[in-house]
Amino acid sequence: MNFSFSRAWKSDFMWSFRKSPVAIISFFVALLLILSAVFAPLIAPHTPFDPGSLNLMNGFSKPGEPNAFTGESFLLGTDDQGRDVFSTILYGMRISLFVGFSAVTFAMILGVSLGLIAGYAGGWVGTIIMRVADVQLTFPGILVAMLIFGIAKGFTPIHLRDQMAIWVLILAIGLSEWVQFARVVRGATMVEKGKEYVQAAQLSGRKSMAIMLRHILPNVMGPVLVIATISLALAIIAEATLSFLGVGAPPTQPSLGTLIRIGQGFLFSGEWWIILFPSVTLLALALSVNLLGDWLRDVLNPRLR
Amino acid sequence: MLAFSIRRTFQSLIVLLVVGLVAFSMFRFVGDPVDNMLGQERTDADVARLHQILGLDQPFPVQYMKFLQGAAQGNFGVSYRQGRPVGEIISERLPATLELAAVSAFLAIVFGFGLGVFTAIRRDGWAANTIMTLSLLGVSLPTFLIGILLIYLFSVELGWLPSFGRGDTVLLGGWRTGFLTESGLKAIILPSITLGLYQMTLIMRLVRSEMLEVLRQDYIRFARARGLSDRIVNFRHALKNTLIPVITVTGLQLGSIIAFAIITETVFQWPGVGLLFINSIQFVDIPIMAAYLMLISVMFVGINLIVDLLYFSIDPRLNVGKSGVSG
Amino acid sequence: MAENVLSVRNLRVEIPLRHGILCPVDGVSFDIPSGNILGVVGESGAGKSMTGNAVIGLLDRPAHITDGEIWLNGKRIDNLPKEAMRRLRGKEIGMVFQDPLTSLNPLLTIGDQLRETILTHLPVTKAEAAARAIAALEEVGIPAAAHRINSYPHEFSGGMRQRVVIALALCAEPSLVIADEPTTALDVSVQAQIIALLKRLCRERGTAIMLVTHDMGVIAETADSVAVMYAGRLAEFGSVRQVLSQPEHPYTKGLMASTPLAAKGKKRLNQIPGAMPRLDKLPQGCAFHPRCPVTEARCTTDPGPTLENCGGRTACWLTTKGAP
Repeated sequence: MNFSFSRAWKSDFMWSFRKSPVAIISFFVALLLILSAVFAPLIAPHTPFDPGSLNLMNGFSKPGEPNAFTGESFLLGTDDQGRDVFSTILYGMRISLFVGFSAVTFAMILGVSLGLIAGYAGGWVGTIIMRVADVQLTFPGILVAMLIFGIAKGFTPIHLRDQMAIWVLILAIGLSEWVQFARVVRGATMVEKGKEYVQAAQLSGRKSMAIMLRHILPNVMGPVLVIATISLALAIIAEATLSFLGVGAPPTQPSLGTLIRIGQGFLFSGEWWIILFPSVTLLALALSVNLLGDWLRDVLNPRLR
Repeated sequence: MLAFSIRRTFQSLIVLLVVGLVAFSMFRFVGDPVDNMLGQERTDADVARLHQILGLDQPFPVQYMKFLQGAAQGNFGVSYRQGRPVGEIISERLPATLELAAVSAFLAIVFGFGLGVFTAIRRDGWAANTIMTLSLLGVSLPTFLIGILLIYLFSVELGWLPSFGRGDTVLLGGWRTGFLTESGLKAIILPSITLGLYQMTLIMRLVRSEMLEVLRQDYIRFARARGLSDRIVNFRHALKNTLIPVITVTGLQLGSIIAFAIITETVFQWPGVGLLFINSIQFVDIPIMAAYLMLISVMFVGINLIVDLLYFSIDPRLNVGKSGVSG
Repeated sequence: MAENVLSVRNLRVEIPLRHGILCPVDGVSFDIPSGNILGVVGESGAGKSMTGNAVIGLLDRPAHITDGEIWLNGKRIDNLPKEAMRRLRGKEIGMVFQDPLTSLNPLLTIGDQLRETILTHLPVTKAEAAARAIAALEEVGIPAAAHRINSYPHEFSGGMRQRVVIALALCAEPSLVIADEPTTALDVSVQAQIIALLKRLCRERGTAIMLVTHDMGVIAETADSVAVMYAGRLAEFGSVRQVLSQPEHPYTKGLMASTPLAAKGKKRLNQIPGAMPRLDKLPQGCAFHPRCPVTEARCTTDPGPTLENCGGRTACWLTTKGAP
C-alpha cells in the first residue's frame, strides 16, 4: 500500500472531512481543549498548586457566585482547599494530555521499531518479540499498566515517588500499548519485504537499518496512524482511570482523573461542581478524540470505499 | 483435535510459568522483603537469619521452584501490610468479585447479543441508529465515570440504591454471598451495570458487525432465493454463522471483566480482590500483588484455553476426520 | 404454443446514487414458454444478472424496479408485497447462483438445508420432507444419497456442490428457474454435466429456465431462445437458431464473428473494437453506436426501437433482411 500524504490531503480526505459535521465539531472541540491545556499558564486565572496563593476561606465557593467570606468569585467554583476549579481543570488537562500523547508516542516508537525488526529480520528474534507480544496481549492493557506502575513504584525511593509518578505513568501506559503497533507493522513489513523495491535496495548494498527506515517505514505508516488514534483515546482514558484509582498522577500534579477522585468525596454533600466540571471535560476530550479517530479510520480504510 | 488440545495446554502452561517468573521476580527484586518486614532497628544477625528463614540465600532457580510450589498450593506468604497470610485474604475477598463479575457478564452477554442482533437485523430503523450512537458513548466513557454517574442518579438524587459496599451478606460454607439478602441484591445492581456496560457495548458492536458481514454472504442470498422466511434466515442461518467468530472474542472479553472489576470495586468500595489489588499497589504490598497476578493469569489463560477448544469443536470445517467426499 | 411461464415487459431498474441515477436494466422484454430455455447473454455488466434479480425480487437496495411488468404464469408479480413475493421464491421461482462454494451455508448439513426448503413450501410432514430431500439428491445424481444427506457442504467437490444447489433450487417444484452463470465457477469437464443435468430436469418437469451466461457456447448447446443484452438494453431476441446463424443486430453479428468457430481459417479472432460503456457514461442514442461498424447519424440521438412483442426483432434501425 503506497500511501501518499499530499495526494490524500488534497482530495477525498479533506472532502470527507468537510462533509462530516461530526468530524468538524470533534476536531474543533479537541483543538479548543488542547489549546486551553497548552496555554493554561496564560489563561488560568489562578495558580491552584501554589499553596501560597490559596485562601482556605475561599473553599466550597459555588460557581459564579461571590464567596460569602472573601467576596471573590470563581467561574466554576472552588474545592475544599479554595482551589479554583477552572484553573485546576486547565492544569489537569495539561497533565492528562501530556501523559496521553507521550505514552502513545513512546508506544509508537517502541512498537514500530520492534515490529520493523521482527518483520524484517524474522527468525528467532522475530519469534521472540511476537511471543512476548502474545503473552502480553492475554492481559488487558489497564492491568499491565497498573502492574508496571506498581513495580516501578517499588523501585523508586519513597521521596522521589511523587516527582517520578508522571514519568512512571507514561512508561506504564506506553508499555501497555506497544503491542498493537508492533503487530501491524510486523505484518506490513513482511508484506513489503517481498516487494521488488526492497530487494533492489538490498542488492545495491544498502544497510538493513537504512532500508527499514527509509524504504519500508513510509509504506507502513498508514495503519500505524489508525492505531495511533485509537491508542491516544485509550491512553487518555487509561491515564484518567489510573489517576482516579490513586495509582497515577499524584495529588501535587493532579490530572483530570485525580480531580474526579477528589470530587467523588463531595458527591453526597452537595458540592456537585467539584466533580461535574472535570468529568465533563474528560468526557469531551475522550469523545472528541474517539470520534475523530473513528472518522479517520473510515477515511483511511480502503475496504470501505 | 487431541493434538491441538495438547499443544494449546502446553502453551498455556508456558505462559503461566513466564508469568510466575515475573511474579517471583517482583518478590525478589522489588524492594527488599527483609526491609519491609523488619523495622529500622535490626541487627545484621537478624537480617541474616531472616534471609535464611525466607530462603533468600538459596540460588535463584531453587527459590523460583519453591515459589511455584507454594503458588500451586495457594501459599504466597504473608501480606506486608496486613500481616496475614495472603491466601487467606484473597479467598475471603474473592467471592465478592466473582459474584460481581458473574452478574456483569450475564448482563453484558444478554444485552450485548440481543442488541447486536437487533441492530443488525433492523439496521436502518431509528432505534438501531440511536443505540449505535449511544454505544459510541459507552466506549468513550471511562468505566469510573459511568459508575459515578449511576451513583449520582440513583443514590444521590433518587436515593433508590446504595452507593457503596455490598449490603448484608450471608456466609455459606466458605463463601460469603450477597445474593440472599435484599440489601445485598440492591447493592450489586449499580456496580454490575457499571462493570458490564463497557463489555456490553463491545459485544454489541462486534455481534452487529459480524452479523452484517454474514448477512452479505451468498448463502444468505440463496436462502432468501429459496423463499425461506426472515426468521429462518436471520436466526437459523445468519446467527449460527455469526456466533463462531463472536464466541472467541466474547470469551476473551469476559475474561477481562475480572480485571476491570478493579475500577468498579474502587468506585463502589466493593470489598473484592480488585480493591485489594489497588490498595496493595499503593502500599507496595508485593505478596498481594504477586498473588493477584498469578490468580488473574490462571483465570485468563484458562479462559483463553477453554475458548480456543470450544471454537475448535463447534466449527465443523475444522473437524477433520469426517469422511471426505469427492466426485 | 405452450403457455408463457414468464413474461417480462419493458422492465426498467434504476439505482439512485449520490452522483446520479444508473439504469442497469432499460426497457427489457421477453417471454419464456413452459419447458423452454431462454439464454440471456452479454458481457459482464450488461444487466443480465440484474434482470434475473429483478424477476425473483432480490434486488439489492437501493436498486429498484421503476417501470415495466413481470408476469409469472399469468399473474403479475413485480408489484407484490414482500411477504407474497417471499412465498413465490423457491415455490414458483428457483434460482441457482454462480459459486456453489459460497451458496451453501457451511454450518448446516445439506439435508438440513433441503428439508427446511421443502417444509417451507410444501404441505408435508417432516418424515416426508426427509424422504423428498433424499430423492432430490438422487435426482441430481449424487451417489449414495441417503448416506450423504447429512454431510456438510465442504465435504463435497465443486461439481457435486452445484448439483446440491440445483437440487435445492428445484426441491419445491418451481415452474421457473433462473440460473445465473451456473457453470462459470466450475471445471470445464464438469460444466457440460451440470448443463446437461439442468436441461434434463427441466425438460422432464416442464420447468422454464432463464439461463444467464456470457458463454455463447453454452447458449448454442442448450437454449431454445436467446436474448442478447448490451449496456442494460436488449439488443436482439429470437430463437437460438435464428440469432446465432443469422444475427441482425451489429453487436450480435460482432459477437458471432468473434467466436473461435467463426475464426476458422483466419489467423486472428475478430474483435469488436472498444469496450461496453459504463452505466454512468452511456452514449446518447444507441448505446452501441460508438463501436458499431454501420452506425449512422440517427444512431447518436435515437436509442432504437424497443422489442415489444418478442417476435425475433432487434433494437437496431438498420434491421433488414438481405442487407450486407
